[in-house]
Amino acid sequence: MNFWAMGGYARFVWPCFGLAGVVLVWNVWSARRYHAAARVRVERALLMKDD
Amino acid sequence: MSVPAAFPGGPEVSAVRAMALIVRRELRLSFRRPEQMLQPLVFFLIVTTLFPLGLSLQLSLLRDMAPGVLWVAALLSSLLSLDSLFKGDADDGTLDQLALSGQSLTAIVIAKTAAHWLVSGAALVLVSPLVGIALGIPVAIFPTMLGSLALGTLSLSWLGAIGAGLTVGLKRGNVLVSLIVLPLAMPLLIFGAGATDRAASGISSAGALYLLGSLCVFTCTLAPFATAAALRITLE
Amino acid sequence: MWTWFYRLASPPYVYRSAAALTPWFMAVAAIAIVCGLIGGLGVAPPDYQQGDAFRIIYVHVPSAYMSLFCYTTMAVAGAIGLIWRIKMAHALAAATAPIGASFTALALVTGSLWGKPMWGTYWAWDPRLTSELILLFLYAGVMSLRPAFEDPARGDRAAALLAIVGLVNVPIIHYSVQWWNSLHQGATIAKIGKPSMPGSMLWPLLTMLLGFMCFYGAVVCIRLRGEVLNRERQSAWVREAIKS
Repeated sequence: MNFWAMGGYARFVWPCFGLAGVVLVWNVWSARRYHAAARVRVERALLMKDD
Repeated sequence: MSVPAAFPGGPEVSAVRAMALIVRRELRLSFRRPEQMLQPLVFFLIVTTLFPLGLSLQLSLLRDMAPGVLWVAALLSSLLSLDSLFKGDADDGTLDQLALSGQSLTAIVIAKTAAHWLVSGAALVLVSPLVGIALGIPVAIFPTMLGSLALGTLSLSWLGAIGAGLTVGLKRGNVLVSLIVLPLAMPLLIFGAGATDRAASGISSAGALYLLGSLCVFTCTLAPFATAAALRITLE
Repeated sequence: MWTWFYRLASPPYVYRSAAALTPWFMAVAAIAIVCGLIGGLGVAPPDYQQGDAFRIIYVHVPSAYMSLFCYTTMAVAGAIGLIWRIKMAHALAAATAPIGASFTALALVTGSLWGKPMWGTYWAWDPRLTSELILLFLYAGVMSLRPAFEDPARGDRAAALLAIVGLVNVPIIHYSVQWWNSLHQGATIAKIGKPSMPGSMLWPLLTMLLGFMCFYGAVVCIRLRGEVLNRERQSAWVREAIKS
C-alpha cells in the first residue's frame, strides 16, 4: 500500500508513468499503422497495374 | 501601369547597385499601392485596441501589460505584411527572373527584405507612440520602446522572410507562415517586451536591448542565407 | 568504409535492415525500461527533499532528452538530405518527427505534473520550459510544412531547411539553466566524474535513458519502412518485396 501511495504524491507520480506508457504504446501503434497503410497503397497500385 | 523591371542588366551589374535598384523598385511599387502599406498598420492599431476592450482593465493595470500587448500586436501585423514580401513577384514571374539574373540570390533577398521593413516595420515603429499613449505607456519610456520595436521588427522581417520563402506559392501559405515564424520569433518577443517592461519598472533596460541588438545582428546575418536557400527550394 | 555509407542510402537496404533491427531494439528497450522502472520505483530510496515525487524524473528526463535528440537527428538528417541529396536521409527525418514531438509533449506534461509538488505550480514561463514549448511548436511547423507541397521531394527539402533553422533552439534549451536564473534545476548527469545524484538513484535513470533510446530505434525503424514504401512506390524492388 505504501508503494502505491508514493509518499502522498501518488496523484502526480502515477499519471506521469501512465502517460509515459500511453506515449510509448501510441508510438508503436502509430508507426505500425503508418507502415501498414503504406503497404496497402503499394498493393493497390500493384493490383491496378496487373489489371 | 507597367511594373518597373527588376533591374536593367544581368550579372555584370555590381551587387550593391543591384540591391539599390531592387530597394528603389520595391519602394516605388509599395507607394503605388498605399492601401497595402496601410492595412498592416491599421491591423496593428486594431489589435492593440482589442486587448483593453477584451480585458476591461483599469489604466494602471493596462500600463503593466502594455509592452507585451504592443509587441504581440507588432508581431501579428508583421506576419500579415509578410505575405507581400515574395508573393507579388512570385505570381508575375519576377522572382524567377531575379533568381536567374546571375546576381546573388542572398543579396536580392537582403534588398527585398530591407525594403519590406522600410514600408512595414519602420512604419509600425513610427505609429507606435500613438499606441503607447493609448495603452498608458509613460512618455519617458518611449525611446526604449521605439528602440526595442525598431530592432524587433527588423529581426522579425529577416526571420519572417525565411517563412515567406518556404511558403511562397503554397495554397494555405498564410497559416503555415505563422506556424513557422512565430516559434522562431518567441525569443524576440521575450527580450523585446522585456526591455520595454524593464524600462517601465525603472530598471535598466540596457541589457535586454543589447540582447535584442545581438539577436537582430544574428538574424540579419544568417537569415538571408536561409531565405535564399528556401527560395531555391521552392522556386525550382 | 564508404560502401557502408552508400548502402545506407539504398532504399531496399534500409527497408530490409530496418525490419531486421526492430526486434533487437525493442527487446533491449523492453528489458532496459523494465529494469529502470524496477530500479526507479522500487530500489531507489526516496529523496530527502522531494520524497517519492522525485521518481517522476525516471520518465521526465528520458523523454526530455529524447525530445532534443530526435530534433537534432531530424535536423542533421535533413541537412544530409539537402547537402548530399540522399532521399533516405529525408525519410529518416520524416520518420523521426512524430516520435520526437510525442516525447516533447510527454516531457512537458510530466514536467508540469512534477512542478506542482516541487514548485507549487503546474507551469511557469521560465526559460527552459518556454523553450521546450517552442520546440513542440517547431516540431508542429516541420510536420505541417512537409505535406503542404505537391512535390514530396520539395516538401522534404523545405522541411529540412526549417528543421535546420530551428536547431538553434536546442542549445538554448540545454543551456537555459546555465544562462538564466531558472526555476528548473541544473544538469544532473552531465557533470563528468561527479554527478550530483547518488548511484542508487542514478543507475535507473541511465537505464531508462537507454531504454527510451532503443525504443526510439525500434519505432523509427518501423516508421522508416513506411516512409521508404511511400517514397519508392514506383520502384521495381518494392513490387518484388511486397509480392513476397
